[in-house]
Amino acid sequence: MPEFIDILNALVLMTNYVILPALTYGSQLALGALGVTLVFGILRFSNFAHGDTMAFGAMVTILITWWFQSLGLSFGPLPTALLALPFGIAVTAVFLLFTDRFVYKHYRGIGAKPITFVMVSVGVMFIMNGLVRFVIGPADQRFADGARFIFKAREFKEYTGLAEGLALRSSQVITIVLAIILVAALFWFLQKTKTGKAMRAFSDNENLALLSGIDPDKIVRITWILAAILATVAGVLYGLDKSFKPFVYFQLLLPIFAAAIVGGLGKPIGAIAGGFIIAFSEVAITYVYKKFLIYLLPENLEPESLMQLLATEYKFAVSFVILVLVLLVRPTGIFKGNVV
Amino acid sequence: MSYLVGKDLCGGYGGPDILKGCDIEVGKGEVVVIVGPNGAGKSTAMKAFLGMLQMTGGSITLGGEDIMSLSPQQRIRAGIGFVPQTHNVFTGMSVEENLEMGAFIRDDDISGTLEEIYQLFPILKEKRLQAAGELSGGQRQQVAVGRAMMTKPSVLMLDEPTAGVSPIVMDELFDRILEVRAKNVAVLMVEQNARQALQIADKGYVLVMGENRFTGTGAELLADDDVRKSFLGG
Amino acid sequence: MSLLKGTRLRPFIVFGIMAALLTFVGISQSWGVSLTIINMCIISAIMTLGVNIQWGYAGLFNVGIMGFCALGGAAAVLVSKAPVTEAWSAGGAGMALALLCLVAGCCFVFILNRKWGKRPFRTTVTFIAALGVYFLARHFYDPASAAIEAVNPAKTGYLGGMGMPIILSWIVGGLFAAGAAWLIGKVTLGLRTDYLAIATLGIAEIIVALLKNEDWLTRGAKNVTGLPRPVPFELQLQQDSWFVDLVSRFNADLLAGLATDERAATLQSLVMDASGIFVKLCYTGLFLMVLLVLFTLCQLALNSPWGRMVRAIRDNETAAAAMGKDIKGRHLQIFVLGSAVVGIAGAMMTTLDGQFTPGTYNPLRYTFLIWVMVIVGGSGNNLGSILGGFLVWFIWIEAEPMGTWLMNVVTLGLDPASALKAHLLGSAQYMRLMVMGGVLLLVLRYSPGGILAEKSGHK
Repeated sequence: MPEFIDILNALVLMTNYVILPALTYGSQLALGALGVTLVFGILRFSNFAHGDTMAFGAMVTILITWWFQSLGLSFGPLPTALLALPFGIAVTAVFLLFTDRFVYKHYRGIGAKPITFVMVSVGVMFIMNGLVRFVIGPADQRFADGARFIFKAREFKEYTGLAEGLALRSSQVITIVLAIILVAALFWFLQKTKTGKAMRAFSDNENLALLSGIDPDKIVRITWILAAILATVAGVLYGLDKSFKPFVYFQLLLPIFAAAIVGGLGKPIGAIAGGFIIAFSEVAITYVYKKFLIYLLPENLEPESLMQLLATEYKFAVSFVILVLVLLVRPTGIFKGNVV
Repeated sequence: MSYLVGKDLCGGYGGPDILKGCDIEVGKGEVVVIVGPNGAGKSTAMKAFLGMLQMTGGSITLGGEDIMSLSPQQRIRAGIGFVPQTHNVFTGMSVEENLEMGAFIRDDDISGTLEEIYQLFPILKEKRLQAAGELSGGQRQQVAVGRAMMTKPSVLMLDEPTAGVSPIVMDELFDRILEVRAKNVAVLMVEQNARQALQIADKGYVLVMGENRFTGTGAELLADDDVRKSFLGG
Repeated sequence: MSLLKGTRLRPFIVFGIMAALLTFVGISQSWGVSLTIINMCIISAIMTLGVNIQWGYAGLFNVGIMGFCALGGAAAVLVSKAPVTEAWSAGGAGMALALLCLVAGCCFVFILNRKWGKRPFRTTVTFIAALGVYFLARHFYDPASAAIEAVNPAKTGYLGGMGMPIILSWIVGGLFAAGAAWLIGKVTLGLRTDYLAIATLGIAEIIVALLKNEDWLTRGAKNVTGLPRPVPFELQLQQDSWFVDLVSRFNADLLAGLATDERAATLQSLVMDASGIFVKLCYTGLFLMVLLVLFTLCQLALNSPWGRMVRAIRDNETAAAAMGKDIKGRHLQIFVLGSAVVGIAGAMMTTLDGQFTPGTYNPLRYTFLIWVMVIVGGSGNNLGSILGGFLVWFIWIEAEPMGTWLMNVVTLGLDPASALKAHLLGSAQYMRLMVMGGVLLLVLRYSPGGILAEKSGHK
């Protein structure tokens, strides 16, 4: 039997390397997937430009952050990026409304097939992709400032006397807190306000919504604004937590779609569940369990290999496999999305 | 003079005219039923009143005012309520939310109307927090009618409200429709179940090929041999 | 004169313009540059043909072109490189065992899942069995891959290939891509059309990740260079007397007018230039043959009863299903065929490059650019696809110098030392992404059929 202290150490190890990162990453994915799912519910297509919308929103926020920093503005212990966030959202929202007016609106008018919309979103993706690289370049950008840690691993070790340290980064706390606030606000909006209910009605049954006098243009506008908020916040949080690199945001498209489909496309609650399922699977499957098992197993059973289920390079395979499994077993997702 | 009057209605979906000059009138506190064979233009006539048809001729007045130039949404504001045949509830939303969405265009307090609907359809009050998609077929139809009633319409139009429900449910639904009539609402319905519908109808139209073939009170039409033989199956 | 009708003449005109553009590059820059562009144009055209089979014939949206293309590239390595015997003896047996475990294990899990039937815990049992198979395979795989990668890592560190002619890889690449497409198609076809797109996006990322990281198979990020060629090497040509004779005969007039010592030097430089062009021409010839064969097959297929049925399915799936057509089966067929063509093109591209560099595969260049080609050329029209491949590749290559030029003009008024000018000039290369996106959106909006639209039926 492992000693109590070993179990504690193993738990701390797990929290530090799996639970906290997965919670953070899951929040970011959930916000991204919410954006995808909202656009899908209202406009009825899979928006391939969403990853690049996140990159665009993050880029605008970074530029404004740099400007604020050069002016000497700061947000105390919090990153300046949070001050710049509302402006980033505003610019992104304007950009999305602009694309809707000049690109998507035409196809709604002619009643185009969903796949045509997907194709069009690829065109938009291309442009945003080029725009982001044109303005800020393809390289890594760091823009986090303020306090980096709530408490450090060393402080934790000294305080608790455990062998394993637990670090709590401020970006993790900010991500989780902001995600909770945003999701709560979104659900309040969708469930309690007249406009939010009208959005749900429109997503549920478009013709009947029109018959009830709901203005489709207004619904579409609000959807894009919400998408801009969700994408920008997700993009900035991801950038604060890791770093900003345009190509990485494009690659986030796969886990985000996987999250949205696993939860059930068009279902906000599903997007959140999906985000955490994907994040926890990804982190847990690519985690190296060697040290964890050494704490828990008797000495003669201790593993020699890394005990890693899958190399980190294949983390996309995790979202993909989950996606495929869901498509095979339950194509509508956990919360029965309005598809197939 | 009837409340909703369509005179010499002509129009279609862009191709040849489907309605070829038919007249349909509904008065307040009246149930009017349109029956006829498949493809006679029954539902098309209803779409003409709603403004969802390309009209090539005729006139439509509501309470004496010409509404031909109004969009469907404007006609709903003007007092026309419509219950589509299928997909007529928001399945993912609760019964109460369905009713609220029915009143979307209203900016005043709707709680009074809500209470009225619950009195009319008591089962809905009981299930008001349940998703409409989880209700039985008959209950769903009640939600659909209730949703359309939330704008306090002066005219209620129903497109085959009893399609696909059992005879018992159909009778109950017709009873409710009579109660709606009692509120001094003009009720216009398209029905496949012609015999039962004509039994509660104050007036009936038999449409064939987009034209009026027979017109009369429900009882008259039921008694007419030609109508019985041709459209009511003997 | 029906020949003069706009619709009939249009292909001739647009291909004429394309030829003029390439000739212009040949004259103004050099024929070598022009031929380099042409070779990539042909490969792009073949890829576009493949994607057009999927999108134009059947409306399937494949966003994993990059993956199928990379599989073709891997095939080039696996077919043409000489086997590394040391690596085979070090880890070959272990790898074979791992593979055997995986295949046998998958069959076992599949059968178990079937036989388990309605008994409880079906999913759990299947899951645990699959996990067991995975660990068993890993048990053999881990030491084997380590052993293989340890064999002379600077030079080999992988199993090598089969040492066969590289042309063979064009077929093998097609087969690889077809296999991957079959797996994906099995799962996603028959569901919502977007799902295929998302699944292919995923499989492409995974394929490229595999090729980047499985060093024992393709050397991964260490790249495989010096692939054998199906055509002669320039250096060898320069020493072949028949080639030198040929060049001197071609330039007899020029050479006759020169002094003897000058003549030798001029001839040497002429031979050097000519050898480069000759090699490129050889590739062009080979590629053109493939293109012609595939184009002919595509045309025959499109106009056969099979092609008509496929288009009927695309235009009205419900009606086709009502007539008893097996939609999912046809879609799977088409998806596999189209991906195979992309795989062939991928193998050809790696052959042309002479090296396999998994790190260079990126979706913008290898997936979405091909899409622009399909849409611009004309979806559903094979000739249009070829045109799209040529035209868009040409724009893609020329957009960069044009973007730089444009930026130079725009920033003319700026201080040469200013940071803004440097930034704008440095970023000019990303202009082409925007140009491509813009072209795609404009064509979709104002000419959804593309330059050479499909002749009938499709709106």
